[in-house]
Amino acid sequence: MHIPDGYLGPPTYLAAYAACAPLWAIAARRLRERLSARRAPLLAISAAFSFLVMMFNVPLPGGTTGHAVGGVLIAIAVGPWGAMLSITIALAIQALLFGDGGITAIGANCLNIAFVMPFTGYGAYSLLSRLLSSEKGKAVAAGIGGWVGLNCAAFTTALMFGIQPLLHTGADGRALYAPYPLSVAIPAMMLGHLTLAGTVEGLITGLAVYFLRRSQSAWVFRPAAEETGP
Amino acid sequence: MRDYRRLWIGLVILALVSPIGLYLPELMRAGAAWGEWGVDEIKQMIGYAPAGMERHAEVWKAPIPDYALPGREQASPSHLSLAYVLSAFVGIAACGGGGYLLTRWVIAGRGKRRA
Repeated sequence: MHIPDGYLGPPTYLAAYAACAPLWAIAARRLRERLSARRAPLLAISAAFSFLVMMFNVPLPGGTTGHAVGGVLIAIAVGPWGAMLSITIALAIQALLFGDGGITAIGANCLNIAFVMPFTGYGAYSLLSRLLSSEKGKAVAAGIGGWVGLNCAAFTTALMFGIQPLLHTGADGRALYAPYPLSVAIPAMMLGHLTLAGTVEGLITGLAVYFLRRSQSAWVFRPAAEETGP
Repeated sequence: MRDYRRLWIGLVILALVSPIGLYLPELMRAGAAWGEWGVDEIKQMIGYAPAGMERHAEVWKAPIPDYALPGREQASPSHLSLAYVLSAFVGIAACGGGGYLLTRWVIAGRGKRRA
C-alpha cells in the first residue's frame, strides 16, 4: 500500500501533499488543545508501533503481499488526529530511511494510510461500539473497525494508481506512470485486502483492544475519545 | 513511567520477531506488494518501462533500502533477518525520536498560546 516514487504523476502527488497540509495542521492544533501531558508519550509509541506492524508482510491471494497498519488501534488509543500524526511519522521514516514508499508519494501515502484509514476505521468502531457495549462487543467493534479502515485505505490507494493511465498516457498509448487502469487496480488491491490483510488487521485490532482493556494498560483506551476525538 | 515501560517492551518483542514478515511471504512464494514493483519488474510485466516512472523512480536513495544493508540485498536468509531486526530497532528509535520531538513541539506551542 506504500506507493513508490514514479507511480504517480506530479499532479496527483502534489495534490495529495496539498490535501495533507491542512489536515496535518488541524491534527497538530487538536493535539495542542486536547492531548494531556500524561498521555503524550503515546504518540511516539504509536508511531513506532505502526512502523513495526507494517514490517509483518503477509502473503495475499494473487501472489502479492500486504500488511496490517495498526491505524485503527492507534486511533482508538490517541484519537484519529493523533493517529494521523503518529502514522505520518512512521511513513516518513519508512520513505526516507528504508525506501518503503516514495519521497514524492509521502503526501499520497499519508492521505491513504494516515488519514483515510484511522478516520474511516475509527468511525466504524464508534458507531458499532454504541451497539456492542460489552467488553467483548467493544473488541469486536474494534476488529471490524480495523478491517474497514484498512480496506478504505486500500481502496483510495487503488484509485490513485488507477487514475494514472487516464491522466498520463503518451501519444503512443504507453502509460507514463502507473500503467494499470481502475478496472485492474481496484480488484487487484481489494482482493487481498478484503480477504486476508483486512482480517489480519481486524484480528490485531480486536485482540489488542480485548487484552489491553483487561490488563494494567487499560488506561490507554479509556479517555481517548474525550481527549483527541474528532 | 512503569505504564509506558510495558508498552515499549511490547515493541521490542515485535522487533525481535519481525523476520516473520520476511519469511512468511517467501514461504508462500509471494512477490512484491501490488503496485510496488521495481521498474525492471514493470518492464517484464507490460513490455516497456513507463517514461515518467523511469525518470522519477530513483529520485531518492534510501540508506537502508528495503530493510536490508545496502549492496547486501541478496545475502543469506540469516543475514537478511538480522538486517531486518536491526532495521526494526532503527525504526523504533527514529519513530520514537520523531514522535518525541513532534509531541514536544505540539506541547511547547501550548505554553506560548497561554502566555
